[in-house]
Amino acid sequence: MEKMKVLAEWSYDPAKPFRGYTGKTLKVNVGDMTFESKDVSEDMKFKFTGGRGFGLKLLWDSVKDTTKWNDPENEIVISGGPLCGVTQYPGMGKFYAVFVSPLTDQTYDSNAGGHFGPLLKFAGWDAIEIQGKAQNDVVVVVDADAKKVQILESPFDDVNAYTVTEAIHEYYGDPKDINDRRFVSVVTSGQAAENTFWGCLNSSFWDSHRKTARLKQAGRGGGGTILRDKKIAALVVKTHDLSGTANNPADVDTLTRLGAKLHKEIITLDAKQCRMRTAGTSHLNEIMNEYHLLPTMNYKFGQHPDADKIHSKIYEKMFTQGISDGCWYGCTMACAKAVDGFELKTGPWKGRKITVDGPEYETAASFGPNVGVYDPAWTTETNFYADHYGFDTISAGTGIAFVCECYELGLINKENTNGLELNFGNKDDIMELIHRMASGKDEFARMVGQGVHRMKDLFAEKFGADRNVMERIGMEGQGIEVSEYVPKESVAQWGGFFLTLKGPQHDEAWLIFMDRVNKQLPTFEDKAEALHYFPNFRTWFSLVGLCKLPWNDIEPADNATKYPPQEAARVPEHVQNYVDIFNAVTGQNITKEDLIHQAERVYNFQRVFQLRLGKGTRKFHNIPDRALGPVWADEWEARAEYYDNELKAGGVDPAGLSSQEKCDRLQKIRREQWEKLVDTVYRRRGWDKNGIPTVKKLKELGMDIPEVVAVVEKHAKPEDQWKD
Amino acid sequence: MIVVNGEPMEWKEGMTVRDVINEKRYVFPLLAVWIDNSSVPRDHFATTPVPDGANVQIIHMISGG
Ligand code: SF4
Repeated sequence: MEKMKVLAEWSYDPAKPFRGYTGKTLKVNVGDMTFESKDVSEDMKFKFTGGRGFGLKLLWDSVKDTTKWNDPENEIVISGGPLCGVTQYPGMGKFYAVFVSPLTDQTYDSNAGGHFGPLLKFAGWDAIEIQGKAQNDVVVVVDADAKKVQILESPFDDVNAYTVTEAIHEYYGDPKDINDRRFVSVVTSGQAAENTFWGCLNSSFWDSHRKTARLKQAGRGGGGTILRDKKIAALVVKTHDLSGTANNPADVDTLTRLGAKLHKEIITLDAKQCRMRTAGTSHLNEIMNEYHLLPTMNYKFGQHPDADKIHSKIYEKMFTQGISDGCWYGCTMACAKAVDGFELKTGPWKGRKITVDGPEYETAASFGPNVGVYDPAWTTETNFYADHYGFDTISAGTGIAFVCECYELGLINKENTNGLELNFGNKDDIMELIHRMASGKDEFARMVGQGVHRMKDLFAEKFGADRNVMERIGMEGQGIEVSEYVPKESVAQWGGFFLTLKGPQHDEAWLIFMDRVNKQLPTFEDKAEALHYFPNFRTWFSLVGLCKLPWNDIEPADNATKYPPQEAARVPEHVQNYVDIFNAVTGQNITKEDLIHQAERVYNFQRVFQLRLGKGTRKFHNIPDRALGPVWADEWEARAEYYDNELKAGGVDPAGLSSQEKCDRLQKIRREQWEKLVDTVYRRRGWDKNGIPTVKKLKELGMDIPEVVAVVEKHAKPEDQWKD
Repeated sequence: MIVVNGEPMEWKEGMTVRDVINEKRYVFPLLAVWIDNSSVPRDHFATTPVPDGANVQIIHMISGG
């Protein structure tokens, strides 16, 4: 690669982390080519903790109430959090990216593994804010070894992720030692991010075993679209200041002791529990199918006889075994599986043999049964191109599933799709659509890439498609596509997806088993309690830089015998580990209750942030009919006995009703349940009837920051306050 | 008759915890079982009998996403 030309440069003295924080954040404006260092105050740590919390705070300070995703003041803020970079305990290398999303026009947060988060901190920064828009493509480099931050002219004509990432690792690595490339990490996106709203952020790590760069994704929300809108080809961090104690923790012995215990647990129990070390999250494929939760043909069904063809045993054989596939050092869970020597059959790299990261469960489902395909090799190819072109496999899979159903219902036709036959299962034409989405040259593909929310408008306006039908079957909430679980059987999971801060992603609460199978949440109050606790608990992971998987995808051997059922499901020993690790790193002395309070501060702040941007009220907590229950007769008939019983439980005798009439009656019952759920959850969260946090709640949390209170007071109405 | 997660299920002579799990098609690996509020270790599922009239809880240990 030719030498990159320096456009702007700034020198700094990298701050060493102390107790998990460097105390500094970096702001780079690629528009006016400026750099700024900001101090992290104790108050900022108390209120926002780190990670996503820092991201939201810095974004709040930088945008206006009217900021849209492609305004220059919009930012991508990346921050790992105080525990990010710990190597003694599994799953501690995540970063969280925060931005105003092109899909939802409100804040979004998305996380990725890889080494960018930890290396950024060890390069001296608790967070990096990227603002402005460059005129031509640039590369932003934080080089702690050289004590410089630079904006460089990008040499890349091809901005796709693997092209850029491999070249950058090579450029910054020592030519005499190929594994020196591990001290570099790169965030990229790709050409699909320029032409769709589904752009993902790829975060790299150098795989010293395979001698290649690997990519993990902050897939959701369109962060990659913003990266490319800012004309950034790559964000690079480089530092050799990397060690197991680089965080300068208060009590390294506790970290080592807790880590050793979990490593042992994983190594001895994983093969009997979730098989994460050999199958990754693909172990969920057959489980979700068995429980009618595997999205099949745009979530019409949750199960299919061909699901055997995507069984995790098949993926397990495709994945290279025997290599420690952790996406950060010390992760014995090692679920970042990869397919090596995979020969591509289509697209610009046709014929090349490459390493594919994944597929993980979400991709196996989205570019699998959800689009009617049961072919792991095809799914693997879509996975590769999604990463390389830079788009989110969840949104794209759910989005294309919607397109397929529209096509099969005759709402759009072959003329509209520019010759593609987009029936479920038509692999070749779906693959062609993916390539067209990346190229941006085909008008229909460009419409698809704007997401389900906008497709409904575009298909109605341009093709005369029935708007009402599309509203019923379009699996999106707040503008973003639903992730890969069928929610229609669990009232609590309606909330887990659709009463979220940012839209239907499974990183707030996954309650389907608790609610539907275990029957642990019989009342609306029980469901609301779970929809308070779990979203906050999961938010905490995003504040400190953790991966969630080592929390409950492995459990101590005696977990189920030591605790009563309700408690056991929270894996108390692992929760206590997190409390102890937080204290061991930061030197603080929090309890497990404090952990929820830390999260609740940020959770409510983000809710007010959405309000400030013109969202964040009840009307944006919308749920499509397809998420509530069967919409069409064939969905009902696939599980007729089950749904008949559901109808009876709702007080309606199904005898004499047609399947379509039954669907309509059940929808009515469930819509009423939904409204009741919304009320109960809002109350439990300390929000008013319109879903706005009350000033009282903000005061309780210590988040009565004047400008936050001002936003609430501007929007809260007396008639929306609860009477008692 | 036994009750499994709040729902009635027919009891059969010699029925074990594993039989109940299989009949319910509970394939999730992280299951925890309580019979009349006493926990049953996972490696005893195949050998633990379920008495007639028992209240069985089979908890799928996944809760947060
Ligand atoms: S559990 Fe998997 S995704 Fe999480 S940190 Fe470990 S390897 Fe990465």
